[in-house]
Amino acid sequence: MSTEQSQRSQRNRVDGGLIDRSDTRTFEFNNKLLTGFAGDTLASALLANGQRLVGRSFKYHRPRGIVSAGVEEANALVELRSGNLTEPNTRATVTELFDGLVAKSQNHKGPLAFDVMAVNDALAPFLSAGFYYKTFMWPKAFWEKLYEPVIRAAAGLGSLSGEEDPDVYDKGFIHCDVLVVGGGPAGLWSALMAGRAGARVVLADEDFQLGGRLNAETHTLNDQSGASWAQQLIAELESLPNVRVMPRTTVYGAFDHGVYGALERKTDHLRLSEGKPRQVLWRVYTKRTVLASGATERSIAFGNNDRPGVMLAGAVRTYLNRFAVTPGQHVAVFTNNNDGWQTAKDLVNKNINVTAVIDSRDTDAPFELNGVQACMGAQVASTSGRLGLKRITLTSGKSFEADCLAVSGGWSPNVHLTCHQRGRPVWNDTIAAFVPGADLPSGMLVAGAANGELSLSDALRSAQRVVNEVLNDLGLSAPAEALPTTSDSTVDITAFWHVKESKGRAWVDWQNDVTTKDVAQAHLEGFHAVEHLKRYTTLGMATDQGKTANVLGLAIMAEYSGKSIPETGTTIFRPPYTPVPIAAFAGRSRGKNFRPTRLTPSHDWATELGAQFVEVGPWLRAQWFPRAGESHWRESVDREVLQTRASVGICDVTTLGKIDIQGADAGVFLDRVYANTFSSLAVGKVRYGLMLREDGIAMDDGTTARLGEHHYVMTTTTANAVSVFRHMEFCRQCLWPNLDVHLISATDQWAQYAVAGPNSRSLLQKIVDDIDLSNEAFAFMACAEITVCGGTPARLFRISFSGELAYEIAVPTRYGDSMIRELMQAGEEFDVVPYGTEALGVMRIEKGHAAGNELIGTTTAANIGLGRMVSKKKDSIGNVLSEREGLNSESDNRLVGFIPVDKSRELQAGSHFVQTGHAVVTENDQGWMSSVCYSPTLGHSIGIGYLQRGQDRMGEVLDAVSPLTDSSVAVEVVSPHFVDPEGERLRG
Amino acid sequence: MMINHPLLGLRDAAEFVYLGDASLINRPDRDAPDAAAAFYEYLHLRDNPAGTHRELWYHEQGDRSWLVVTRNTLTHDIESVELASDVARQQGRDV
Amino acid sequence: MRYSALKILKEGLSGNKGWKPAWREPEPKTEYDVVIVGGGGHGLATAHYLAKEHNITNVAVLEKGWVGSGNVGRNTTIVRSNYLLPGNQPFYELSMKLWEGLEQDFNYNAMVSQRGVLNLCHSDAQRDAYIRRGNGMRMSGADAVLLDEAGVKEMCPFLNFDNARFPIKGGLWQPRGGTVRHDAVAWGYARGADSRGVDILQQCEVTGFQMDNGTCVGVYTSRGSIKAKKVAVCVAGSSSRVMEKAGLRLPIESHVLQAFVSEGLKPVIPGVVTFGAGHFYISQSDKGGLVFGGDIDGYNSYAQRGNLPVVEDVCEGGMAVMPMIGRARLLRMWGGIMDMSMDGSPFIDKTDVPGLYFNGGWCYGGFKATPASGWCYAHLLATDTPHEVATAMRLDRFMTGRMIDEKGMGAQPNLH
Repeated sequence: MSTEQSQRSQRNRVDGGLIDRSDTRTFEFNNKLLTGFAGDTLASALLANGQRLVGRSFKYHRPRGIVSAGVEEANALVELRSGNLTEPNTRATVTELFDGLVAKSQNHKGPLAFDVMAVNDALAPFLSAGFYYKTFMWPKAFWEKLYEPVIRAAAGLGSLSGEEDPDVYDKGFIHCDVLVVGGGPAGLWSALMAGRAGARVVLADEDFQLGGRLNAETHTLNDQSGASWAQQLIAELESLPNVRVMPRTTVYGAFDHGVYGALERKTDHLRLSEGKPRQVLWRVYTKRTVLASGATERSIAFGNNDRPGVMLAGAVRTYLNRFAVTPGQHVAVFTNNNDGWQTAKDLVNKNINVTAVIDSRDTDAPFELNGVQACMGAQVASTSGRLGLKRITLTSGKSFEADCLAVSGGWSPNVHLTCHQRGRPVWNDTIAAFVPGADLPSGMLVAGAANGELSLSDALRSAQRVVNEVLNDLGLSAPAEALPTTSDSTVDITAFWHVKESKGRAWVDWQNDVTTKDVAQAHLEGFHAVEHLKRYTTLGMATDQGKTANVLGLAIMAEYSGKSIPETGTTIFRPPYTPVPIAAFAGRSRGKNFRPTRLTPSHDWATELGAQFVEVGPWLRAQWFPRAGESHWRESVDREVLQTRASVGICDVTTLGKIDIQGADAGVFLDRVYANTFSSLAVGKVRYGLMLREDGIAMDDGTTARLGEHHYVMTTTTANAVSVFRHMEFCRQCLWPNLDVHLISATDQWAQYAVAGPNSRSLLQKIVDDIDLSNEAFAFMACAEITVCGGTPARLFRISFSGELAYEIAVPTRYGDSMIRELMQAGEEFDVVPYGTEALGVMRIEKGHAAGNELIGTTTAANIGLGRMVSKKKDSIGNVLSEREGLNSESDNRLVGFIPVDKSRELQAGSHFVQTGHAVVTENDQGWMSSVCYSPTLGHSIGIGYLQRGQDRMGEVLDAVSPLTDSSVAVEVVSPHFVDPEGERLRG
Repeated sequence: MMINHPLLGLRDAAEFVYLGDASLINRPDRDAPDAAAAFYEYLHLRDNPAGTHRELWYHEQGDRSWLVVTRNTLTHDIESVELASDVARQQGRDV
Repeated sequence: MRYSALKILKEGLSGNKGWKPAWREPEPKTEYDVVIVGGGGHGLATAHYLAKEHNITNVAVLEKGWVGSGNVGRNTTIVRSNYLLPGNQPFYELSMKLWEGLEQDFNYNAMVSQRGVLNLCHSDAQRDAYIRRGNGMRMSGADAVLLDEAGVKEMCPFLNFDNARFPIKGGLWQPRGGTVRHDAVAWGYARGADSRGVDILQQCEVTGFQMDNGTCVGVYTSRGSIKAKKVAVCVAGSSSRVMEKAGLRLPIESHVLQAFVSEGLKPVIPGVVTFGAGHFYISQSDKGGLVFGGDIDGYNSYAQRGNLPVVEDVCEGGMAVMPMIGRARLLRMWGGIMDMSMDGSPFIDKTDVPGLYFNGGWCYGGFKATPASGWCYAHLLATDTPHEVATAMRLDRFMTGRMIDEKGMGAQPNLH
């Protein structure tokens, strides 16, 4: 389409504006091809093309048009883009027009102009505030089956695609001295003065074009147009190295201690993101914040004030002056302040027909406008026009033609960020609006319209005052610069909220279809607290969060209750200021990168062997090592167990936590953190240790080796490596700060392998340098610092989790890969087998060791049969509280073993125990099965679990029941030590 | 939130792990006659004021210092930050 | 005024001008049999059941703000009875049964919606633990279904099965779980109690307790002093602050829990889904908003607002498990103050002060407990003995060592 053609089709285009007529952009709305220009928003381009009807309301499916030119938009929400890029509920008013943009209207069945759901509108008398609380209760079963599905399908606005969001999102961190929120006159001036003074400044504005209302009004500053004055300041700001200008960036929240959240839109104004981050979520750390977020215009409630064509008066000026679009050809104005008159004046200056200015104030018109009828002390009673405004009728009966009605109910300062830390705004009668209260987030100052200083000259003066205060706080000197002389006028408002003699419903909250009648009904029913009003009527709960509606609703409620607005209250503003995509908060922490992945030193080697890996906390561990011909994981695991028990197996146990403990008081320290004693442990020996929490419950277990007089190395479970270390640092720093002991986590520093099985000694003997591994020289529970493979430092521990003759050998992590390969090579002659976590688990169940499934944070030492390990000769963490009566009852659970009476049956972990034949109910619950496995050694399923008085019930037969998996197995209570109960193998 | 670490300066609170009431430093004497009650109270009946609260934070993603942070639980404003080991010593926790 | 479809029709035809206040706004009397401190869900439910089940109607509910202004109005509306321990599960199952008959009970549609609660599991150990839990649920009379990966996929095909850091191995599903319109619960109970003669006193803050020889005989309030035979405190979130006025210390810390809602969307999520490898749970309201949350911020707070690290953590969990929500926009975040107890479980008990009763410590699970909490508290107030499903919820359990520690985290409130 040529420029000429596209201009012809844009029948509402006028002269001027900040658009680039040389850059035509073609877009699609509801499958209709339209054109606009660079610099347009979707909304301005739609208006240019005369498209007034853009959507349907939430409840009544009323036809709706564009009402604003900013983020406060309640009606013009579209589904932008398509497929997996679909963005539901996107405000057309802040969507930059790009070539190839595709948008669809939302929330209608059938074409936008003939929405069948509009039948709801006819039923409106029965769908008033809270109607759903009073019905749909009978018959009871119909709620989930009938009523709710119908309500759910009808509710909601746009649709998600149901597919994964393909875009990427980044996070960033900025540190600055001054964050300026908003690039209107107050923000620009503050940023420039702070920038010139040398402060590190961030200036963020949600718009793609900085300047705020300067771009939308016809003000002059020092005889320059507002827009060009803004351009001049922006250019200087961009030239300053200490200033960062961030357009398309919304500061969405104020958090503690000068932390602000901001969302920068990087590619939303492009057709495709092409792999670049769509948006960046910034965390801004600042010393001072200048909030210059401007103000938002309110409407007035009158009959049928929701027709397409009824707009905010300031938005009409924005479209006219900035976007060179007139929203109508015959415009009327309804206002309670002088601002509406400015709209009329701007329209007249562009030769648009203004049919009337209706002013609720019973005073003289602020100025005369040629050919414009002024109706002072008048009110609009109703409007007509099925899909768009055609006429307005006054309460006097007078009526005017209008395809656009510009409404100004006054301006509400954008105080949102001042409330994010629970600050309460205060009512200001002069401007009939809430202004920031005294309890601002620390470090925040408010300038311009956001502070209720609505005229341009006032806004600039307040910016000057605020920035001087900020610079003074920062120890910088304010540059001497006089404020520009400005043309502007006062607002001069007389509060007027709704037309009582309205004909038809008068909307307060357009998007959620809340009318003055709903407010009245809420009042009748006692929901007059402002939070009740909101919750009962849904006022202010739509995607715009009541930016245009809240004050109106509150004021009307105040009127009904005969109270003042401050007495009635205000709802609290919560972050975010405008909605933020969930994906932006997640950034790159999604998919496989949701959390970091820790790999063990043998990972590459295990990968080469085709190991199956499993997530164990942050780690990936080899679960089993399948061999050719093995079709089921059990085959691999059984083989690994049997081969280990028959000869020798190797397992990477690096993930166990390792804590290095050194100092003259290391032994004393360990005596206090462990339930059992370690100061008496001989150098060169290892001991099993049980650690309690202060409440007497088992916290963790593991072995600790004494490598020297003042040097121990502790192992923790994989899961608790971090929390045990934290706990020990607490003990060291907070409880016993004078002990000579130091701790360091060495988990990452050492690669550690278990070498288990009758041939483990023979295998290791080939690896170690000059050390006698005979039972006499290096007995069970011995340890030593040695060298291997000709001088590589290593630590050797003779400990066993499998119950076999076994060792754990540790080498510095950088040798971990070589070590596993050396061990495997050395083991070839013994037919060494690598085993994974499954075989490890099977062998520990066969030995009856408690592990993660057993140590669940409610387990006492007695529960796992280790009650006597809690030494009473010394103080230790958990010692005193472990003696509480409730933890030492006769009927306490005890960890015991279970075998199926019918050995062909499989046991089920998570089964509960009930006495044979007893009902499967809570009252008969006697414990549960914590771990089960198939024991290849015994040739049947085995389990361990907790049973009341289990130690006294050996040989008893019970039902292990699992209604969830539909199983019940008769089991016999046995010792949990299924294999080698006397421990002969591991000592051999 | 930002915590002014006595050794490292302002750090984001996200680097820390929270424990709670700083009176957890005052672990009772297990040999005292009322030890059972004292330990019960020590562990379970912690201060929970709406206002100034002295509390323990651990710089887990940092230098592993335990800190005593004096913070207002209504406003989140932080009045002071001390090393917990210093506080413990001042409170007479010795070997 | 009884609500019905007919009533709506009648009122609709006459301009909706005949509606009456949902509850009265009486002046305080000087004395009541029972004064309930706290006009949230639990306090109002207690009053409702005291009147309805025990015929004790000379009752006042004292609320410092407006009815339902506490956590009943700022939670994520989930109801479920999928607890692990015998000290808890029967209580929550009673609650579930009461939810199921609630609307007919108090003639108010609270939109009890049993669309199911699905807890995802991501490891064998987690599945074992869920089987233990599910069996306990079934043994208590509740419903529970174990799903394998295919079963989860069928129910929620939009979850991340292909590129997950922590793969979905299955889930524990409670079909009877779901959501309830939270404000309506407070309003419904308020109407129920009010209609039976209970005085609901809003803007009535308790400033102290009247003591006579060590016995609590009433309260001082911002609307004057009120005598009572029994004073029942029920102010989760403010428990420590209020009980301190009676000189009592509690095994409770106050923490902030944030919650989030997205813009309204056409239905995409069937029931409640919880992620088992991170802190994230989600449901979709009847209005279309995705309602989601995660972990508490983790530090003591009375500020009713949180900070960014948890916001990001929750959204990371959401994107990890259901990446289709990425382009939905987070509309509003808010914070509520939780009574985090030392074992993660609540209290419904007498205190050491005769005449003074306590209900609190609900952590972040108080909403689902509302009916049973009111039911059991009313039982305790009426009979001076604990209800059989609440016998474990004692204040002295940390002294005796009889904790109800679902998560096994010990005396560390922010880990529960």
